[in-house]
Amino acid sequence: MIYLDNSATTKPYPEALETFNIVSNQFFANPSSIHGLGGLSEEMLKRSRTQAAELLGVKPSEITFTSGGTEGNNLAIKGVALSYSQRGKHIITTEIEHAATYNAFKQLENAGFEVTYLPVNHKGRVNLEDLKKACRKDTILISIIHVNNEVGTVQPLQEIGEWLKEQRATLFHVDHVQGIGKVPLNLKEYGIDLCTISGHKFHGPKGTGLLFVRGGVSLSPLFSGGSQELNRRAGTENLPGIAAMVKALRINLETSKRHLDDLKCLKNKMIRSFETNDDLIIHTPAEFSAPHIINVTIKGIKAEVLVHALEEDDIYVSTKSACSSREGGASRVLLAMGIPEDEAAHAIRISLSLENTSDEIDRFLDIFNKKINELKSVMG
Amino acid sequence: MICLIYDYLIIRFGELSLKGKNKRRFIYKLDETVREKLRPFPNLKIKKHFDNIDIQLNGESYQEVAEVLTKIFGIHLIRPALKVENNIESIKEKALEIIQNEPNVRTFKISAKRKNKRFPVKSNELNHVLGGHILTNTENITVDVHHPDLDLRVEVMDHETRIYGKEYRGAGGLPVGTAGRVLLMLSGGIDSPVAGYLLLKRGVTIEAVHFHSPPYTNDRARQKVIDLAEKLQDFGGKVKLHIVPFTNVQIAIRDKMPENYSMTIMRRMMMRITEKLAEKRNALAIGTGESLGQVASQTLDSMNTINEVTNLPVLRPLLSMDKIEIMAIANRIETYDISIRPYEDCCTIFLPAAPKTKPNRKNANKFEQYLPIDDLIEEAISGVETIEIGKHNDKDFIDQLL
Repeated sequence: MIYLDNSATTKPYPEALETFNIVSNQFFANPSSIHGLGGLSEEMLKRSRTQAAELLGVKPSEITFTSGGTEGNNLAIKGVALSYSQRGKHIITTEIEHAATYNAFKQLENAGFEVTYLPVNHKGRVNLEDLKKACRKDTILISIIHVNNEVGTVQPLQEIGEWLKEQRATLFHVDHVQGIGKVPLNLKEYGIDLCTISGHKFHGPKGTGLLFVRGGVSLSPLFSGGSQELNRRAGTENLPGIAAMVKALRINLETSKRHLDDLKCLKNKMIRSFETNDDLIIHTPAEFSAPHIINVTIKGIKAEVLVHALEEDDIYVSTKSACSSREGGASRVLLAMGIPEDEAAHAIRISLSLENTSDEIDRFLDIFNKKINELKSVMG
Repeated sequence: MICLIYDYLIIRFGELSLKGKNKRRFIYKLDETVREKLRPFPNLKIKKHFDNIDIQLNGESYQEVAEVLTKIFGIHLIRPALKVENNIESIKEKALEIIQNEPNVRTFKISAKRKNKRFPVKSNELNHVLGGHILTNTENITVDVHHPDLDLRVEVMDHETRIYGKEYRGAGGLPVGTAGRVLLMLSGGIDSPVAGYLLLKRGVTIEAVHFHSPPYTNDRARQKVIDLAEKLQDFGGKVKLHIVPFTNVQIAIRDKMPENYSMTIMRRMMMRITEKLAEKRNALAIGTGESLGQVASQTLDSMNTINEVTNLPVLRPLLSMDKIEIMAIANRIETYDISIRPYEDCCTIFLPAAPKTKPNRKNANKFEQYLPIDDLIEEAISGVETIEIGKHNDKDFIDQLL
């Protein structure tokens, strides 16, 4: 099997699953129970939080464990909007967000908030000048995706963050779900106030994630209930998931430290091969893009057909984002980049992980080219 | 973002430079602590000299290393430095690079020193050349010779030139382990860890004493104290923790002593036990987190009555601090969040409704005639459990899972 749909989800590390299993079995008590068994679970939770904080260069109290990217984005966006609505009701995001962010903003728009959707250029990047123009006295939140999940464009977060540091009233949320382990992000230096991460994108279990909330930022919780997670998220903690995610995060960041350049090489190898083929239009920009996502349209071949053709040889890629691939129609993100609708509708996404090897990519390219030629002869 | 432009971090000692013949011992201790704390960075090369310790970074992030160093007592300043050939163009290029990489620098000055007199550009001239180069290649940065954001030091030496970036202020104080041993009474509250921190600052080695009253206080209260001791260990030295079984003492006091004196007598018992332990551990003093007048046990009358039972110096670094000042330090040294975990400790569990704020020695002694003091102390001492912080056996299992 050659699995190249890592932006949809990744295969869990065996070590993370082992942790999941052991913690489920031996740390099953509720961390809030006052007996010794609960104490052990509490210790496990505390140590997981400390390790996650160390890995991200923040304080343990700034980590809130969630169920994943969708919850993280919703909690950050709605939590800030509800908590700071006295200060202002203007919020800003971009046109190329993941559905979890985009639809959270739509919902807030219906609830009376005023939303500015920043446009992007043909590379999928927002422009700091546009943001400066959009920012007002009553702007309480800006939410931007670090690495776009469909084309891999990296946003200029450092520039934005540094400018935002001077606009004290506006909080800065970053959707880092695709970026973690692939494109470094310095939360403190970039002045980021909230940051969403999802466990299953870096070989952790599904249903896990965390939200970084800078000390001093107040969030209105989405779930009412107990006082878990510093009152930000009620509900008994998913301790096996949390521990396994933190383990995966450590392994992933350590691997990334050593092998990120290898991943870049794999991507470049694919790009170079694609560039020689006149039937392909590469949507992923050469500059400012993540090392693991390539979005490409094959002229005259429907994306869905190619996905299934590759599947016959046990190779897995996707049409746009998994979260919206069943909606049909052209991708909102590609359209926002000014890509014509018929081109956008036929795009496929190839997404790598640090686990992919050079041999896999060679084999993939071989079969990919073969399949295109076959399909072209049938369809043309 | 990891910035790799620097080659060295130079540690300067500050107050320690004044200590005459003892200096060698101080530097030796500091060097030991620095090596211990920097063990997570395997590429570093650490060298100690008479006036400084220099650390060759070999690719490690200077920010991360500096952050560890800023917590170690006995360090006055930490200067990142890079080396460059004795060549004016290279010096210009690197000086500019440093300015561009330092955030929040609006003003600067150049302080060039030409130790190598064969270098063709004189110090003063070097100041002008480098200043001019930076001014023409940057925007919004100006020279301020009196209060610059960055004093860019350049040292031309025989074989290389060193350029220094923005310095970090160290924690000051004296290296831990140079001043002798103190037994710190560590309750688990907000104050005592801060007292421990301030004692460490003056170079003492700390061993913590905690009174544990199972089943009235539980393992999580105990874990809290272990976590606090571990935090204190960040500031240098090894911290040992002695856990004293205190249940029987408290029960005896509850049964035999008048309620309004129970707190005073409990403190006297703690003091006696700590003194005994200090004798065993060769400690020269007892440290507490007391702040004058903060609570009933810390009024001058209480201190006078409680202090009667020991002849050792009782060090109270928080004596004149307000709660708010203490909390600010606790936050800074990251013990606050641990201290506020809501578990019962031995002081709250049998707390009388109205403890005496003006006890006196005469009454205390009168009441204590009815208490088997020596037996209770002996029993407590014989049950002491000593934990070496950092060698957590029960925690290793969790470590493996993460």
